[in-house]
Amino acid sequence: MDEIQKRLLREVADLHEVPEGAYNIRANGESVGRASTANIEILTRPEGSGLEIRVKPGTKHESVHIPVVLTQSGLKEVVYNDFYIGEDADVVIIAGCGIDNCGNQDAQHDGIHRFFLERGAHIKYVEKHYGSGDGKGKRILNPGTEVYMKENSTAEMEMVQIKGVDDTSRTTVAKLDAGAKLVVRERLMTHGEQRALSTYVVELNGDGCSADVVSRSVARDHSYQKFDAKLLGNAPCSGHTECDSIILDEGRILAVPGLEANNVDAALVHEAAIGKIAGEQIIKLMTLGLTEQEAEEQIINGFLK
Amino acid sequence: MLELIHVSFDVQNEDGGKEIIRDVSLTIGDNQLVVITGPNGGGKSTLARLIAGIERPTAGTIRLNGEDITGLSITERAKKGISFAFQQPVRFKGIQVLDLLRLAAGQKLTVGDACHYLSAVGLCARDYVNREVNASLSGGEIKRIEIATMLARSSILSVFDEPEAGIDLWSFKNLIEVFENMRKTIENSSILIISHQERILKIADRIAVLKDGQLTMQGSPDEVLPTLVGTSSAVPECKVGAPA
Repeated sequence: MDEIQKRLLREVADLHEVPEGAYNIRANGESVGRASTANIEILTRPEGSGLEIRVKPGTKHESVHIPVVLTQSGLKEVVYNDFYIGEDADVVIIAGCGIDNCGNQDAQHDGIHRFFLERGAHIKYVEKHYGSGDGKGKRILNPGTEVYMKENSTAEMEMVQIKGVDDTSRTTVAKLDAGAKLVVRERLMTHGEQRALSTYVVELNGDGCSADVVSRSVARDHSYQKFDAKLLGNAPCSGHTECDSIILDEGRILAVPGLEANNVDAALVHEAAIGKIAGEQIIKLMTLGLTEQEAEEQIINGFLK
Repeated sequence: MLELIHVSFDVQNEDGGKEIIRDVSLTIGDNQLVVITGPNGGGKSTLARLIAGIERPTAGTIRLNGEDITGLSITERAKKGISFAFQQPVRFKGIQVLDLLRLAAGQKLTVGDACHYLSAVGLCARDYVNREVNASLSGGEIKRIEIATMLARSSILSVFDEPEAGIDLWSFKNLIEVFENMRKTIENSSILIISHQERILKIADRIAVLKDGQLTMQGSPDEVLPTLVGTSSAVPECKVGAPA
């Protein structure tokens, strides 16, 4: 791998060297490194492009890294990764994609991740997106996430896209059985002419399952974001979605609440707040000696932390 | 030392101009604790905001240690050593207490230093240092954190706008101790407190009464307090905040 690819890896996966545990590193459409462990097996998917990741039942405290980097202008790829998480396994999955596009053609990575969680399985999934490069070609990421959750399984998902991605359309679909728990934390910042769409459809199908989907986002310059979160309460369950956003300059954000209760014991809540930075917040930090611009940066950094 | 020299401030609204501060001249000397009191709507908070630079006077001069700071911004005044504690402290999503204390100190502050400031305002540091300065904090908690940031600033002039507003009785007793300690330890610096509280008025070196935008009286607590007792300008502590 070259220096740009290594830098991208650091940005999206905090990787400075070969990670511990199972991993697959994909660079410009090819696997440049892979390792399985006794409990986690990474295979090439039999059909099409992508990986099949199998975690044995009862696996504890292990991690899987599957970062992707793209530095070739004009490369467009669709990758399917399937995760099979065995009963009562508890693992951390670090994904993420970095694109450096110095050319004039668009570079695009569409990663479709499907998670199949068996009973009692627990995953913590972290995904960072990052773009760099000064070419005219766009950096495009369209992640698709599907989560199928058996009884009492838990998925904690953290998705972060702070810089450099020109166009993104994220779709997350989840189906929860009894007692399953889904927690999503999304952090997003768009600038320039960027556009980001984030769509969730969460089906709460089993008794006592719950979902908590929270998006914090900042739209600056002329960028546009749409947060569309739909919860379907098909059983006695609880669901909460929240869109908390700061707009600056001429940034625009559309938050679309969608709650559908199909069971009398479904308790669903949606919260959305969009606005510019409160003047008092800027003034407060200025009284501590920060300039207006420094104050704004601190407020946004904190908000997206 | 802070000097206000013939300071006036007026605002324009639909009904024409309105004078909020009228020709106020006031000096806050080094090593002095001065309390400004007076009825609500008398211009006390506006005066504090004029000193911090949040508002600019329409006439007059403000000097800090002899330097004219009338035209300086909030940031520039903060860098010269003016601190300002808000009547209603501002909340921030995601910014932690430690972050805020570090910004206030303007240097790398260790967790130990941060804990020292929090302990000084009666907060168990371990429980608060990583808390977010958001809506989950009670009125009393955020007020004490605001005061801890003032301690971390260690300024030439510390301005407190109604520090007792919105806090519970227990916090109030603690607050008096904080000011008493600050009072003992101020060296080459000054404290200005906007307050109606009799107990805060009593620890002042000087009290100034602001009414309808004008200073109507200045002097030591012995001189001024007897004229205020029983009015809204000197409220006994049992009327503060929610019942314990």
